[in-house]
Amino acid sequence: MSAGGRRRKTEERFKRVLEHEYMPKAEVIPKEEVKEILKQLNAKMFQLPWIRSSDPLARAIGARPGNVIRIIRKSDTAGEFITYRFVVPG
Amino acid sequence: MATQAEKTSIREEEIPLKTIKAIKFSILSPDITRSLSVMEITTSETYDEAGRPMVGGLMDKRLGVVEPGARCETCGNPPDKCPGHFGRIELARPVIHVEYSKYVHDLLKTTCRECGRILLTDDEIEKYRRRLEKLRIRWKLLADRLIERIRKKAMERTVCPHCGAKQYRVRFERPYTFYEERENGVLERLDPMKIRERLEKIPDSDLELLGWDPKAARPEWAVLTVLPVPPPQVRPSIQLETGQRSEDDLTHKLVDIVRVNEKLRTAIESGAPSSVVDQLWDLLQYHIATYFNNELPNLPPVKHRSGRPLKTLAQRLKGKEGRFRGSLSGKRVDFSARTVISPDPNLSINEVGVPIDVAKMLTVPMTVTEWDLDLARQLVLNGPEVWPGANYVVYPDGRRVDLRYFRDRRELANKLAPGFIIERHLINGDIVLFNRQPSLHRMSIMGHLVRVLPGRTFRLHLAVCPPYNADFDGDEMNLHVPQNEEARAEAKTLMLVQNHIITPRYGGPIIGARQDYITGGYLLTKKDTFINKEAIVYLLAAAGYDGDIDEPAIMYPKELWTGKQLISMLLPKDLNWIQSTAIRESCKDPYNCYTDEYLIIVNGYMAAGVLDKKSIGAEQVDSLWHVVVKRYGNSYARKWVDSILRSLVRFLDLRGFSMGIDSLEMPPESYRELDKLYDDSEKKVLEYIQKFKEGKLEAEPGLTIEETLENDVTIELSRVREAAARVAEKYINKDGEAYIMAKTGARGSIVNITQMVAMLGQQTIRGERFKRGFSGRTTAHFEPGDLGPTAKGFVRNNFKVGLTPLEFFFHAAGGRDGLVDTAVRTAQSGYMQRRLINALQDIYVAYDGTVRNASGSIIQTKYAEDGIDVSKSDHGKLNLDEIFRRAGLSR
Repeated sequence: MSAGGRRRKTEERFKRVLEHEYMPKAEVIPKEEVKEILKQLNAKMFQLPWIRSSDPLARAIGARPGNVIRIIRKSDTAGEFITYRFVVPG
Repeated sequence: MATQAEKTSIREEEIPLKTIKAIKFSILSPDITRSLSVMEITTSETYDEAGRPMVGGLMDKRLGVVEPGARCETCGNPPDKCPGHFGRIELARPVIHVEYSKYVHDLLKTTCRECGRILLTDDEIEKYRRRLEKLRIRWKLLADRLIERIRKKAMERTVCPHCGAKQYRVRFERPYTFYEERENGVLERLDPMKIRERLEKIPDSDLELLGWDPKAARPEWAVLTVLPVPPPQVRPSIQLETGQRSEDDLTHKLVDIVRVNEKLRTAIESGAPSSVVDQLWDLLQYHIATYFNNELPNLPPVKHRSGRPLKTLAQRLKGKEGRFRGSLSGKRVDFSARTVISPDPNLSINEVGVPIDVAKMLTVPMTVTEWDLDLARQLVLNGPEVWPGANYVVYPDGRRVDLRYFRDRRELANKLAPGFIIERHLINGDIVLFNRQPSLHRMSIMGHLVRVLPGRTFRLHLAVCPPYNADFDGDEMNLHVPQNEEARAEAKTLMLVQNHIITPRYGGPIIGARQDYITGGYLLTKKDTFINKEAIVYLLAAAGYDGDIDEPAIMYPKELWTGKQLISMLLPKDLNWIQSTAIRESCKDPYNCYTDEYLIIVNGYMAAGVLDKKSIGAEQVDSLWHVVVKRYGNSYARKWVDSILRSLVRFLDLRGFSMGIDSLEMPPESYRELDKLYDDSEKKVLEYIQKFKEGKLEAEPGLTIEETLENDVTIELSRVREAAARVAEKYINKDGEAYIMAKTGARGSIVNITQMVAMLGQQTIRGERFKRGFSGRTTAHFEPGDLGPTAKGFVRNNFKVGLTPLEFFFHAAGGRDGLVDTAVRTAQSGYMQRRLINALQDIYVAYDGTVRNASGSIIQTKYAEDGIDVSKSDHGKLNLDEIFRRAGLSR
């Protein structure tokens, strides 16, 4: 099997981590929307919290370095909370 | 005249201002070391016979002077102007800088021993260089990770891809010895000279791949060829009373280095055998290593003649007493005082009682204006001995006069004019900062208003004990006097006690009533308390009440008021509040409770219930006190609590409240009941043990049979103790002081009462029944293998009846174990907290509601994810119903 094929297969496997109940909902944000969010937060991209592209969550949703992902998770204080991660290589 | 001009110091505004944009650390190169140095140290002698500094010695006057009267031979300045000048020692042979030896090792492992190139192929070098360049721009952390990977990769190579030379493994023996491991396991020593040669060969471009910045730090600079010598300002000698000189540890160390260096040089020049040279070389390496750090692993520390280890460079910086933690982050300060604290219920919670002696020492600078000229004159006239006076007068031209040594104060007072500054004594109403260590949260330092009092202790209100965690068993506290208007304004607006009633930790009042106040509140407000006219006037006066007195509850035969009426008069007239009390037992409905178990306040009228810990106590959320603070504000709340607490303690004074053993009286039948309880239980335990001995006991899942037995016995014994507690509560005198205090939450609990009147229960060591001591038994009073209650530390007696000697022993041992446990726990949690604070100290909530760190990176996109300030909400929650109700809207 080619290297690409093997990679695709591992990516498939990483999708399964999303099925766990403790895994927050996450999605890659399109570039235009990122600008808006950064403006809203008054921050530069690298000032967002980071997530490695090798993180199981990042791999499961196919995030590449340079992407920003949105994470929607349960919160004790706010019920549901939306936060962002900047995907970095590694 | 020139000397006069020299003496006046530089004015602050003349000092040029520069902003630090960046700091870069690098290795000091030999070239820079030489250009910084004004001379070479050539002799290990420091002084000649006449006591003059040797030329070319470590005390040479060209390095700078510290003795008054002398002149520096380099800059020509007297000691207060001469900054000192570095010298140097030219080393006869290079030595490794110990603190860099790890990096030297890394380089030796990753570069070729022949050609000095990095052990990577050209393709790899190109690939990594490109990746590194990209990451360097913004991803400092990732670049570090890549460098780590490059290092690992280079280390794996055994043959140089550039010159084909075979590589040997380099072994590093701490702190500064290197060996090469040859084929047959032979170790060959790499001396610093060889190492330096190898490091010199590494090209700049290869160093960049390994995380070095060759422009700032060439690796061969980590092997010293010349040693900078700090000026005597850094290592001053001390003159002893005997007239003898005592040199600084660093000077001693440098003398050693120079001496060995001299010996080594003569040995080399005279062509001594290499073993002798090597020995001296190693000694030089040792001395230079310990000069940097005298606590190196695998090296014996250099000791003084007395056996005390020398304090060398690293020791000056490291640790709690070191330069950073001891001299820069923490300094001793002026305008501060420390003494024992004691209580004063007559103060306001905003105040602190300051002894006159302290008030006369601490001063506040006061600029004289035409409006306070008379006051200023009087203060100067009073002088330093009479309070309120002044200690110093500062003329408009900056001259200072110490009033302690000034003869004619009257004349000086008359000379006073606007523009003078006098440093006057602390007087009532001054704001000061008051602190008790350990300063664990922001309420550990609060602003107090001074109240100068006779006596020798600081006095504080009892309600502010909880934030400081203070008591009066000998605690001492510190006091600081702010010296300028900004500091005072900040202290008054931000730090004043009344602004810290609500803690940001859980959003409840941390300041509040405790102990006697709570007892007083309960006794005053319970149903059968009536106060006559004389008393109610007295109590209202204590509270500072100046309104009308309500109509008495009972008019005839004598005018009598209830305690609730007294409280009602002190409550705000628009307050409505219902809450459960600490004495609540069975009542479910506040409106159908006839036993005062619910506190009901209607339009400022206390209709039912009692005041106790739940309503006026400290650290109680959603209490009457909490609501008063939230609805009426800090200032009102402070006044309210001041007056109501004063009234309560006066009431307790009038009534009297003292506890004796009579409050622990129990009827005889209660003891019969307790005896039966214990006997039954003991029988049961013995049955378990019997079963265990016969082997009939079955192990519970996950436990051995022994553990099962231990478990069963422990459960049974704690069951008796609980049963005993119920008996105690049933029979205890409900009007006794002990029970009142426990029930209202003033002091102690039902558990304490049970221990006093019923049964102490099991004593434990590390949470288990006693098992240590003799083999198979705790003391010689028992058969080996006795597993019964008494043999393993069960105390069936109570404090009132008294413990048997054996029980007493178990109780003492258990108590000591608890003491040790708390000591260990506080130490551990203290260190944990220190690390947490260091990690979190510059995280802040930005004005846009995001939580950020010092560099502006986002930690949380919204504070606590809901953006709610715990101290400004209902302890972290939004109570919308209440907000709507108070806004007059219905939902």
